[in-house]
Amino acid sequence: MIYVENKDLVIPGEVLAEDDFYSGRGTFKEDGKICSSLIGLVSLRNKKINVIPLKSKYVPKKGDVVIGKINDVRFSMWGVDINSPYEGIIPASEVFGRDKKTLNKVFDVGDVLFLRVVDVDEVKKAKLGLKGRGMGKFKGGIIVEIAPTKVPRLIGKKGSMINMIKDKTGCKIVVGQNGLVWIRGDSEMERITRDIISVIEQEAHTSGLTDRIREKLYLDITGEIPNEFDDIDDDYVESPTFDFEDFENNPKVDDEPITEPLPNEGFKRNKRSNKRFNNNKKFHKKSRSPRKYELEKPQLQNFKDELEQEELEAKRNEDFMDNIDNIEKEKNNVKKPFETGKNKSGFSIFRDD
Amino acid sequence: MIFISEERKIREDGRKYNELRPIKIEAGVLERADGSAYVEVGGNKIFACVYGPKETYKRRLLRPDKGVISVRYSMAPFSVDSRKKPGPDRRSNEISKITEDALRPALLLEGFPRSMVEVYIEVISAEGGTRCAGVTAAAVALADAGIPMKDIPAGCAAGKMNDEVVLDLSEIEDKNGQADVPLVIMPRTGEITLLQADGNLSQEEFEEAINLAIDGCMQVSELQKEALKARYVLE
Amino acid sequence: MDVTPEIIRDNLTNLVNNNQRVDGRELDEYRDISIETGVIPKAEGSALCTLGGTKVIVGIKPSVGSPFEDTPDVGVLMTNCELVPMADPSFESGPPSPESIELARVVDRGIRESEMVNLKELCIEEGKHVWMLFIDIHVIDNCGNLFDCASLAANAALKTCKLKKATIVDDEVVYVEDETLDVPLNHNVALSTFVKIGDKMILDPSLEEESVLSARLSIGITEEGSICSMQKGGEESISKEDLFFAVNTALNKNEEILANLNTE
Repeated sequence: MIYVENKDLVIPGEVLAEDDFYSGRGTFKEDGKICSSLIGLVSLRNKKINVIPLKSKYVPKKGDVVIGKINDVRFSMWGVDINSPYEGIIPASEVFGRDKKTLNKVFDVGDVLFLRVVDVDEVKKAKLGLKGRGMGKFKGGIIVEIAPTKVPRLIGKKGSMINMIKDKTGCKIVVGQNGLVWIRGDSEMERITRDIISVIEQEAHTSGLTDRIREKLYLDITGEIPNEFDDIDDDYVESPTFDFEDFENNPKVDDEPITEPLPNEGFKRNKRSNKRFNNNKKFHKKSRSPRKYELEKPQLQNFKDELEQEELEAKRNEDFMDNIDNIEKEKNNVKKPFETGKNKSGFSIFRDD
Repeated sequence: MIFISEERKIREDGRKYNELRPIKIEAGVLERADGSAYVEVGGNKIFACVYGPKETYKRRLLRPDKGVISVRYSMAPFSVDSRKKPGPDRRSNEISKITEDALRPALLLEGFPRSMVEVYIEVISAEGGTRCAGVTAAAVALADAGIPMKDIPAGCAAGKMNDEVVLDLSEIEDKNGQADVPLVIMPRTGEITLLQADGNLSQEEFEEAINLAIDGCMQVSELQKEALKARYVLE
Repeated sequence: MDVTPEIIRDNLTNLVNNNQRVDGRELDEYRDISIETGVIPKAEGSALCTLGGTKVIVGIKPSVGSPFEDTPDVGVLMTNCELVPMADPSFESGPPSPESIELARVVDRGIRESEMVNLKELCIEEGKHVWMLFIDIHVIDNCGNLFDCASLAANAALKTCKLKKATIVDDEVVYVEDETLDVPLNHNVALSTFVKIGDKMILDPSLEEESVLSARLSIGITEEGSICSMQKGGEESISKEDLFFAVNTALNKNEEILANLNTE
């Protein structure tokens, strides 16, 4: 028995289905009934029911890319506000390697950084790192906040939405999975981009959004709407269907970098690890098909496939972590002052604090 | 079900014994809050505001396995007949506590350990039955904030006046009334999460009051659901 | 700790230095103002003022009490403000914060020092019974510039406030049923708040602009154009030129703001 359809708006406690359905994210099962636990949209894939929230706080997850604000400089780490109930830290070792210098000469309170969640400890404190293209301290620009659950919508299928905004406004845009968006461009274009993003935030749950946004972009910038558009269908989707690596960290070669280089000219990258890292990326990045915007993901034919996809995602994160670990090890053969032995959690650092 | 005669007297404000005062519920009314709601029940005007889940300095209240809820109920100085001194008093502290207890069973905060959901209920105009209307508003605000919940609790009181059991006492009825039974339920399962009673009731009257109040809660619940869905309907 | 990002500060400062603002307003332009009166049935006078996203309710509760000993023939005016957590995640419950006291006192000063309310007429029996007006400022939503919003709401609430007719019989106050009086008002007063960002003074700061201000200046002006109250805030200084510029702008804008009080 199912009481809802795909993309229906549901609220907490609403009974969605009974019996032979699977309870997915945003739902719970009670007395054989599957109920929504959130205000959100139903995402029905065969027998699995998910509810995609319309609003939620960001909970850090290993491998996520986030935008954070330095709010504390401590003995051997920076405290970072990552727009979450949980705080983030950047250990000094992420920046300096073996020798510690004056921390606030590198990043100071009020700086905004593009970061990766390297690890999350048992109390959900996020350890953040700067390893990845374009990561570091932002130069100029503005920050806009959206609900983290609407980030996939802002990116669009395979980046269709965000790339369209970038193309049209000429702004550089970086989206953090924690709902912070960094924009830099001409000040008028920054304003237009900010407005566009707020429309996406408000209308994320509606269909035909990409078309409306395109119209608004044309109206705001060129003053008229061209007659023909590419046919793009869009969905309120979940995070695993897009790849942040792809859309966030690829500044064009001739571009002014979005972030400042680190003062010690960066850390020495381990080439082998790097290659492996890229391989991983390639492995998961689907080759660009001539049809730019697919309507439905063919590999997600059924529930089992989706599970596999999720496992793949998890594995990807693990691979990334291994890679990071390798870089760490190569870079820093000497014993770190606060990471004695092979501490898998890597969070013994808190005990000093 | 207890048989209730349909020939009961019409109340002073023109309502039938089982009729609620006019109710208006709106979700997402505050700019700065993570979730919010505005509720009018008769002359009651109540805002509810939710922040979180968030970090908190009240570390001793936190739990390692799930998030916790903290409620503060307060009344504006001009919300009552003779000006109320600002700040919490014994009454508002008690209501804060029972509201917390009324909402907690509905929350699913396992995904947010060591965090706190803060709920603020601000009564800007009071006309009897503010605690139930406060819970009603807070529940909508929690759902609006995207807090995972099993259900949206809804509140309504029944009482006794002129030896008759009636639904949703207004301020005047409460003052002249013989009993007041505020109730909050989780509408999907009918579980009771808040119950108080003051005054004198026989067992039959009490059962009738509870049934009447549950009926009222179900009506309130429908309006809560409408309000939440209306927030996401584009004109 | 809530920190304003440096890039936001730089961005806002650059905009202001180029005579621009984030929301596209002029430097001396108010956000939309709307005033609704009689919003609280239990209060004898009340008003909700909306200024952009900022919302403030002011409720007035009059009661009869004894006058102060040194002023036996004038009524009493008390202005109180609660910055409730509902309005802003940085507001905390508990005893009034210095910010809420400052807001209440600045609004109070505008009303008191301009002699907006004719307090002598609030005397019922000299030395014994006078009207006491409790003006309570309740912030609903803080999106910047609480000062001007609260001041407008207080003025609108006073304009609509009704007092029962009170007489003295055998030293006891007796209210005459069904007869009410208006609060005796001399004129209206508006507060204009400026903040200094970069090297410019801008009117009606938004929350984001307030977060990067170096100095703040509020100027109370009566409808006759008399300057009746002022408050400087913020961590840094302002120059005499800034001050005179702000006063001049406020004088020019005063009529426009006060017009919002007469829409009903």
